[in-house]
Amino acid sequence: MTRDRRLSWINGLLLPLFNVLTAFLAMAIVFILINVNPIEATKVLIYGAFGYEEGIGYTLYYTTNFIFTGLAVAVAFHAGLFNIGGEGQAYIGGLGTALVALYIDPTLSAWLIIPLGIFGGLLFGAMWAIIPAYLQAYRGSHIVITTIMFNFLASALMVYLLVHVLREMGQMSPQSKDFPDSAWIPFVHEVFAGMGIKIAQSPLNLSIFIALIFSALVWFFLWHTRWGFAIRATGKSNDAAVYSGINPKKIIVVTMCISGALAGLVGINELMGVQHRLLLDFNYGYGFGGIAVALMGRNHPIGIIIAALLFGILYQGGMDLAFEMQNVSRHIIVVMQGLVILFCGGLEYLYRPLLIRFLAPIET
Amino acid sequence: MAKSNIAIELTDVDKHFGAVHANDKVSLSVKSGTIHGIVGENGAGKSTLMSILYGFYQSDSGQIKVFDKEFRATSSKQSIEAGIGMVHQHFMFVDNFTVLENVILGSEGGALISESLSKARIELTRLAKEYGLEVELDVPVESLSVGMQQRVEILKGLYKGAKVLILDEPTGVLTPQESDELFRIFEALKKQGVTIILITHKLREIMSITDYVSVMRAGKMVAHRQTSETNPEELAELMIGRKVLLNIVRTEAKSGDPLLIAHNLEIYNEQGIKRVSEVSFEARSGEILGIAGVTGNGQGTLLKALAGILPLSKGSIEILGETISPKRHLNPQELRNLGVAHVPEDRQKMGMIADFSASETALLGYQNDKEINQGVWLKRSSVKANCESIMEAFDVRPTNPDLKSSNFSGGNQQKLILAREFERDPEVLIIGQPTRGIDIGAIEFIRKRIIDMRDAGKAIILISVELEEIMSISDRIIVMCDGEITGTVDASDADEATLGMMMANALPSDKKITEAQL
Amino acid sequence: MNDLLLNLILTLDAAFRVCVPLIFASMAGLFAERSGVVDIGLEGKLLMSAFIAASAASVFGSPWIGLLFAIFASCIFAMIHGLASITFKGNQIVSGVAINILASGLTMILTLAWFNSGGITPNLQGNERFLSITLPGVDIIDYIPILGVIYRELISGHNVLVYLAFATVPLVWWVVYRTRFGLRLRAVGENPKAVDTAGLSVEGLRFKALLIGGILCGIGGAYIAIAHNAQFTKEMTAGQGFIALAALIFGKWHPYRVLAACFLFGFLDALAVRLQGVVLPAIGEVPVQFIEAIPYLLTVILLAGFIGKAIPPKASAQPYIKEL
Repeated sequence: MTRDRRLSWINGLLLPLFNVLTAFLAMAIVFILINVNPIEATKVLIYGAFGYEEGIGYTLYYTTNFIFTGLAVAVAFHAGLFNIGGEGQAYIGGLGTALVALYIDPTLSAWLIIPLGIFGGLLFGAMWAIIPAYLQAYRGSHIVITTIMFNFLASALMVYLLVHVLREMGQMSPQSKDFPDSAWIPFVHEVFAGMGIKIAQSPLNLSIFIALIFSALVWFFLWHTRWGFAIRATGKSNDAAVYSGINPKKIIVVTMCISGALAGLVGINELMGVQHRLLLDFNYGYGFGGIAVALMGRNHPIGIIIAALLFGILYQGGMDLAFEMQNVSRHIIVVMQGLVILFCGGLEYLYRPLLIRFLAPIET
Repeated sequence: MAKSNIAIELTDVDKHFGAVHANDKVSLSVKSGTIHGIVGENGAGKSTLMSILYGFYQSDSGQIKVFDKEFRATSSKQSIEAGIGMVHQHFMFVDNFTVLENVILGSEGGALISESLSKARIELTRLAKEYGLEVELDVPVESLSVGMQQRVEILKGLYKGAKVLILDEPTGVLTPQESDELFRIFEALKKQGVTIILITHKLREIMSITDYVSVMRAGKMVAHRQTSETNPEELAELMIGRKVLLNIVRTEAKSGDPLLIAHNLEIYNEQGIKRVSEVSFEARSGEILGIAGVTGNGQGTLLKALAGILPLSKGSIEILGETISPKRHLNPQELRNLGVAHVPEDRQKMGMIADFSASETALLGYQNDKEINQGVWLKRSSVKANCESIMEAFDVRPTNPDLKSSNFSGGNQQKLILAREFERDPEVLIIGQPTRGIDIGAIEFIRKRIIDMRDAGKAIILISVELEEIMSISDRIIVMCDGEITGTVDASDADEATLGMMMANALPSDKKITEAQL
Repeated sequence: MNDLLLNLILTLDAAFRVCVPLIFASMAGLFAERSGVVDIGLEGKLLMSAFIAASAASVFGSPWIGLLFAIFASCIFAMIHGLASITFKGNQIVSGVAINILASGLTMILTLAWFNSGGITPNLQGNERFLSITLPGVDIIDYIPILGVIYRELISGHNVLVYLAFATVPLVWWVVYRTRFGLRLRAVGENPKAVDTAGLSVEGLRFKALLIGGILCGIGGAYIAIAHNAQFTKEMTAGQGFIALAALIFGKWHPYRVLAACFLFGFLDALAVRLQGVVLPAIGEVPVQFIEAIPYLLTVILLAGFIGKAIPPKASAQPYIKEL
């Protein structure tokens, strides 16, 4: 194998693999520090994730969200931008979807309402990203800080809306009224039941296929269209982009809108697919999880799907772990996310010198 | 042991950068108090060798002795302590620090800087006077001219106690007259016992100023000569490894209609500083118009404006039937559609994307082409085929469109970029520094292709800081200094001394060619 | 005395206290950025320090021990960031984000493991925390009109960390502009090659800068949990680490201007709190969510550049790669 091929294998496969394994090792250390046997914990986690039918359903349901936010972060990364605003964009995107579901004529067909709901999610998610994008492109305001601020603002806005505006009359808890049936995305177990096959009930619904469709769309867009080319060129070299007749400022704004739109699709799964009403914090953790997924998946849709699946496993397994073990709360998942981001992102080159020295040395 | 008069002794110094064997068992002996030149073409390993001596890199093997003492540097700290100073090709300044602050950085002599500054001031004033290196101490270094900045670099080395001063391509940023001034300073230093090592690829400099010269080629040290006993032809042959035709033979230009006419251009750069004022010229078909000038006199800004990257603040450009003005800006895409091609000055930053494959670099600027797009679909097979064909046309090696652009040698990268621009059959070509940092084989190839385009009736604007390049392939030459045109000559009438004066804007006013005579 | 004046003084008083964590965090960010390293992880360091300070103070019964442990924890995080950004030349912003998320998760896990609670540490009693210090002469000066109130409310009556915060700023200024270390620090953020060829260690300078930042964040975080409040509660930093970054940019990386920016935020925040429950004409009662959103809105508005373009140190966010 030529050295160039070897380096491709190292950079594309081995390095991310070693990084993820290190993250797991660090996780094991954390377990030990809180008096939990890491081997026990791993067993519970794996069983919880796919040891039983309902668990698998849950795992795939979480995976759906991570695909959306992972794609969002990845698209932005390709333009050289770090979109940390996924939490807020997912939140507001869900608002867009919910508004369609709540206010559209419920007698219309689901075949119309659901795509409109998707459109609402895309639009509102993009809207929440456009201001930070514009400020970065035209005023030089650091997009990392502005998107984080917009996360906080999204929280405040949604609390206000759900407490004062959209709350169902007579209800104590801040949530909207239920969506009409035509705005529900069918559960997978329901679809199977319709075909005579019985599988365990779980929140897994058809939006996972929407996620996979969008993954294919993103792949095609980035590598097989001239706009994707322009985005990738801008991300690699602002100067080369300008030279090529590309306007980097426009690219920044357009890319962030696409990114925000993708994150905004979380509501399709959570709201139209599972909760069937608008409520607080349905977005919690998926925005940041998207960062981990994009980094682990090296910003490529195939990698993202795999990484999203892994995170779905960690999430569901983690939930079950928190349920089973007293010492562990569901925040263990947040720690895992942080470790993955650290080892697959900040410390991503940790093993590279070693791997190159042993596997792809220069012949002299 | 009797003290020998060898200042620097390198024995079998070896250095690899990945797969590149930058220094291949190099040995060198520099006599104290002499001016010793190291020549070689770009990529020969000269800068690497000296950077090892200066502690910036560490050698893989070999011994170094400085003034007969064993020497090993893990950082520049040891080199400075051993009395070695280096003036780099790209200056090592903190732009917004004053000259004084830049000089004391690293040799402050105390935890509080107020004392260090006053001590340094006294010492620097003394040094400056002694060697004729006077310079203002309290201004930000970025406000000084390049020639003055170079003085500061030399002062920095002397302040830190350098007994051996290494200079890497110092005259690249100077006019011929400023270079002579620099050599006078070398003589003054030499008289005081300072040893000077001069890295250059300019043979004329070697002949005029050095006592000894060593030749490097492809990482190896191939020859040592006493300067008085050699000549440029021998040195050139040693540098390249074969007989070299130092002058390109070409036919007379058959110039035709002007394809690009610039009127009174005023242009501001990205930082908002006016870099070009009242520039007017025309580029004719079948002619190469060379724009000469020391780096930083507005040529780069002019180039970017001609390519549609910077807007005009005043004036107009008539080009191929269109007019560009402050009110009507054409972007690079629109200019390409008109038939204008642009080979950028900085190929690494602008002309290509290191991480992209060769096919994708070959697409830059042409990604919206109708032939490779089918509706929304960018057909990768077409992209690849396009790359293959242009690689063949320009002998780019290896002929692998999927290879990452950074894996090609400098010469092949530049050939790919030229292929991309030339193969579109443009009418006007705007070319910046086409042969910077490239091996001689590629240089010959590229220059010949530029002349071929000229013979095919294209209008070519060529900007280069290498006066020799401008003089050897241009048909007409204009010189820029401080953002203005200070002279226009026919290539056949051009001589280095006059051009040098124009580059420094030092001609008496009656000798300047005015716009009326254009 | 005049009601408006009293309200103003009390608001200023609150502002002083609110801007303390911003001051510590922004000074920490200043050292990092001046050396060429972007530190998005200020928030995570503040959060972790707050938690460790509250935990240690509770366990050992002393705020000083809490402070010490907080500094230690913050420095560990700072070194992780340094390892990623400096030694392994990774993406500095990703590393900072990782630290923030880790801190967020770890603090929750550890409150469960150590105190069996869902995100809070035990309430600190009496002098287990930093208490207000009454400056000498309060009773006497009180007889002077206006000045007396100012002395009693505004100047006296803060805890030691507040006074430390305001003393830190001139100290930072002196270090950055009057010492050899400061000169080198500023150089390495503008042109690390110039520093390398002058015989100095680029990595060493940057690590030192991050370490100083770690110490300052440790103090800032401790302040939030055991001086301003009496325990750690979940996510109690509420974005102050990011607001500190905005103040840093707004103040163009100069210590005194950054202090002014921090104070501006603190004042507007304190003012907003006072508006809670107040009925404004035409709008009615200002919703509490809007009040809470004000610091974040402000940050965006200020970053939108109503202050002219802020130019960071030239080498900011770029790992130093040795090449000619």
